[in-house]
Amino acid sequence: MILVWILILLIGTGLLAWLASRWSTFLPKLISLVGTLVYFGITLWLWLGHDSGIDSEGWIISYTGNWMPSFGIQFKLGMDGLSLLMLLLTSFLSVICVLVSWKEIKTRVGFFHFNLLLELAGITGVFLALDLFLFYFSWELMLVPMYFLISIWGHEDRIYAGKKFFLFTQASGLLMLLGILGLYFIHGQNTDVYTFDYEQLLGTVIPKGTAFILMLGFVVAFAVKLSTVPLHSWLPDAHTQAPTAGSVILAGLLLKTGAYGLIRFALPLFPEASHQLAPLAVLLGVISILYGAKLAFAQTDFKRLVAYISVSHMGFILLGIYSFNEMAMQGVVMQMIVHAVSTGALFIIAGSLYDRIHTRDLAQMGGLWRQVPRMGTMGLVFVMASMGLPGLGNFIAEILILIGSYQGPFKVLTIIATMVLITATAYALRIIQKVFYEEERKVWVIPDFGVREMIVMLSLTGVILWLGWYPSSVLRMSEVPVQKMIQEVRMSKSGEKEELGSIDKNTVYNGGDFLNEKSMDVKKENQAQKIKSIKTE
Amino acid sequence: MSEQDITSLLPVVILCGGILLTLLLIAMRRRHVLTFALTLVILLASLIAVFMSWPETSYAISDLFIIDAFGYYYLALILLTTFVVAIFSYISLRDFYPEKRKEEFYLLLMLASLGAGMLVFSTHFITLFVSLEILSISLYTLIAYYREREKAIEGGLKYLILAALAAAFLLLGMALVYAASGTMSFSALSTISSDLTGTSQVMLIAGIALMIVGIGFELAAVPFHMWTPDIYEGASSPISAFIASVAKGAIVAILLRFFILADLYRFENIVWVFAILSVLSMVVGNLLALLQDNVKRMLAYSSIAHFGYLLVAIIAGGEMAVPAATFYLTIYVISILAAFGLITLVSKSEEEAIDIEDYQGLFWRKPFLALAFTVSLLSLAGIPLTAGFTGKFFVLTAGVGQSQWLLVIALVIGSVIGLYYYLRVIVVMMRQEKDVVPTIRLDPKGESKVSSLLAGSLALMLLTVFMIWLGAYPSWLLDIINGLP
Repeated sequence: MILVWILILLIGTGLLAWLASRWSTFLPKLISLVGTLVYFGITLWLWLGHDSGIDSEGWIISYTGNWMPSFGIQFKLGMDGLSLLMLLLTSFLSVICVLVSWKEIKTRVGFFHFNLLLELAGITGVFLALDLFLFYFSWELMLVPMYFLISIWGHEDRIYAGKKFFLFTQASGLLMLLGILGLYFIHGQNTDVYTFDYEQLLGTVIPKGTAFILMLGFVVAFAVKLSTVPLHSWLPDAHTQAPTAGSVILAGLLLKTGAYGLIRFALPLFPEASHQLAPLAVLLGVISILYGAKLAFAQTDFKRLVAYISVSHMGFILLGIYSFNEMAMQGVVMQMIVHAVSTGALFIIAGSLYDRIHTRDLAQMGGLWRQVPRMGTMGLVFVMASMGLPGLGNFIAEILILIGSYQGPFKVLTIIATMVLITATAYALRIIQKVFYEEERKVWVIPDFGVREMIVMLSLTGVILWLGWYPSSVLRMSEVPVQKMIQEVRMSKSGEKEELGSIDKNTVYNGGDFLNEKSMDVKKENQAQKIKSIKTE
Repeated sequence: MSEQDITSLLPVVILCGGILLTLLLIAMRRRHVLTFALTLVILLASLIAVFMSWPETSYAISDLFIIDAFGYYYLALILLTTFVVAIFSYISLRDFYPEKRKEEFYLLLMLASLGAGMLVFSTHFITLFVSLEILSISLYTLIAYYREREKAIEGGLKYLILAALAAAFLLLGMALVYAASGTMSFSALSTISSDLTGTSQVMLIAGIALMIVGIGFELAAVPFHMWTPDIYEGASSPISAFIASVAKGAIVAILLRFFILADLYRFENIVWVFAILSVLSMVVGNLLALLQDNVKRMLAYSSIAHFGYLLVAIIAGGEMAVPAATFYLTIYVISILAAFGLITLVSKSEEEAIDIEDYQGLFWRKPFLALAFTVSLLSLAGIPLTAGFTGKFFVLTAGVGQSQWLLVIALVIGSVIGLYYYLRVIVVMMRQEKDVVPTIRLDPKGESKVSSLLAGSLALMLLTVFMIWLGAYPSWLLDIINGLP
């Protein structure tokens, strides 16, 4: 029931904030800050209260209610370790979003917060839904508020960007709906039970060709959200034009819903078809990684640059997921979280710079360190995180994905993907170089980060450091769901005679063992480094 | 007619009597408010009669009518819609209609809904044709009622000529079918075998083809859609809403009856023809709507597309056809009523606020009206949390369930195109407000007659609530509709 209350809390807070805007512009902000803090509190409480590793099966909390029984549609929510992690991330970023828009949003404050919270409710719904209809419903619910956020409070080209975002996601979403309906009817014809229940639909026997087509419906929708290369073109526009909070949600949460959808739905529902798709998916992933990095290097617009970094980082997710390997999958979960934090932080820096100097053009910046040393320091931290410096969370994620997928069948592609570690350095250092170092091209007199902004940035820094030093706190949570999922995919494969990929039980198990050793190693290494750094200090 | 015949048709009888009563009232005393109030009372009485005498089993009045829950549901929908249309018409007539003779409007409105109401019970060519003519003849006049406006006269005449032509096609088609089969009742047609030979086969095919032309015209399916935009533009907004909801809704009901009673699913060719009409309507309707700067014309083209979606459910057949089509129609009616109602409410003069630019900044000027408009547009576009989504979902389910992939894909493509022009209006509403908008009624309080605007706003609010309610929790309506035989 608590899960339902979370949704009610978010929508209720949103409505309240909107109503409150009739009396003052301060009240809506306060209301949504309180609402999101309560949300964060609830997820923290759930996290701390949850004894990790015990739930070998089933969900930590679930809720089932009637919705449209004549169609077999239920209001079914469920939370496992993976959803809990995503919820933690969502609630954390939602507080951040309210804080960063505190001063940035000056017009129609109430309506802004209404949209923000409705968007968060949609995202939360996606991470919790266990009924495919409810999932699609929440999936589409994310659309309209984000469209409003972009096209009302965005920058100069907001209308175009908003429309593009809407059309891309809506079109791909409808394909997913067709996929869902196809699955619904096939399951109904097989068993005479017409239902959208996720757990019942698992293991539906589908003819091979049909399964592949149905899965494509899902995968296209998720790939659009993940901004995989041929479908990525909405992302730079939307990210660039959105207000800061919008960019943070887009990069931090919306992209993750694509990854989550692949892990939760596309793979377990269509395990065999996923194996068929794997080579293509991995190839696209690697292309995204390199192409995104290349484009990021070529940008002159700060926010656009960060947007392409997202494209590049999301390629890792595709690579990791379709390697069908526990270690890579754990890396994917890690990547989802660290990317949200690091890219979100970069967007906040870009946004607050824009607020101060009213341009995102890198050519106008330069030498800002003298003016805004605190901002520069923060910039340095998150640029380092983005390029995957050891000690920060992104390193763990990338290394897990790369090592994991190297054990799979796509060795060559993994090696190619590894090259991004070099290109990442290039684009990341370019940010620091162009914005904070070099000669001053223009003389700006601007204030540095204030207390509110420092609170935001320091909490983000804290999280990224903590993830870098103590990743097992996250990995432990997602271990059970990931293992379960990998097992399901593997079982369907081992039941099959044909050779589709070259993973066998051993590699997966070895991968699993290796992961445990590895995470122990990481811990040890971390401790050693900590001690060392303390000593040097 | 026996006593039971009359009691089973009680709502329609009340409506008939009410029309005569109104006629007398107008003859004795001309007062706009009075006539309006009487109209509402009659419609309400008829509605109450619907709920009082809701039939448990179906009851046939010879071959002419069949009284069943399905027909009653449509009748209730028609009466409710007419009720809302009457409220908006009152505002429109009072504020924009310069002449004195306002009262006959309600007479015609009730006559039109009487025609529609009889149509939904018809099971015979004669009753079909007579009810259809009652409906269309009232519509000619209603469309051209604002005779000061050139567009209205143009629209009325256009509809007169084209509808008469369509009626001629329909009639000839019926005659040919009768000549080939010797029967005019729907259910008797189901016994004709599909492999007739020689002349009678040619006649049957020609007859059915001509009838399809007639029905296609009434539904405004592409390629028989040419009249729609001009008539929607020419008529006053409440009447445009009436055409889009009541007139077309009744046609959908009779089409469903005809398809099921005469079992047209046997004839593969007929199904194919309707499939082509449906795909064309979805694609062409949406594409042409993209090009419009006039909101009423845009809604007209979008209505073409929507009836294309609806045809998907009908064509798909199976046990979901009737509930899916009925559900979708109900939701479409609610959404389109809200959209046209809003146009009435925000307009200032008889030249209504139809240019898309008129709506610039409405979101900041009149947030609640704009919100209602946004919800209705999103509902027409089929976005979740609005009723349109559940409707579209139901139709898609019906289509996928019968593996009508071509139609389903066309529907998906159509909705994506559709999204673009609905969004355009929303975007315009969100832009910075302009200082002067001549066509928009900005300050209703300044214009004294707040009470009826209040009624209009209340109706709009109710429609909005329904759109969101049905979007979030449609079970109750689904249960009602699934309960129809």
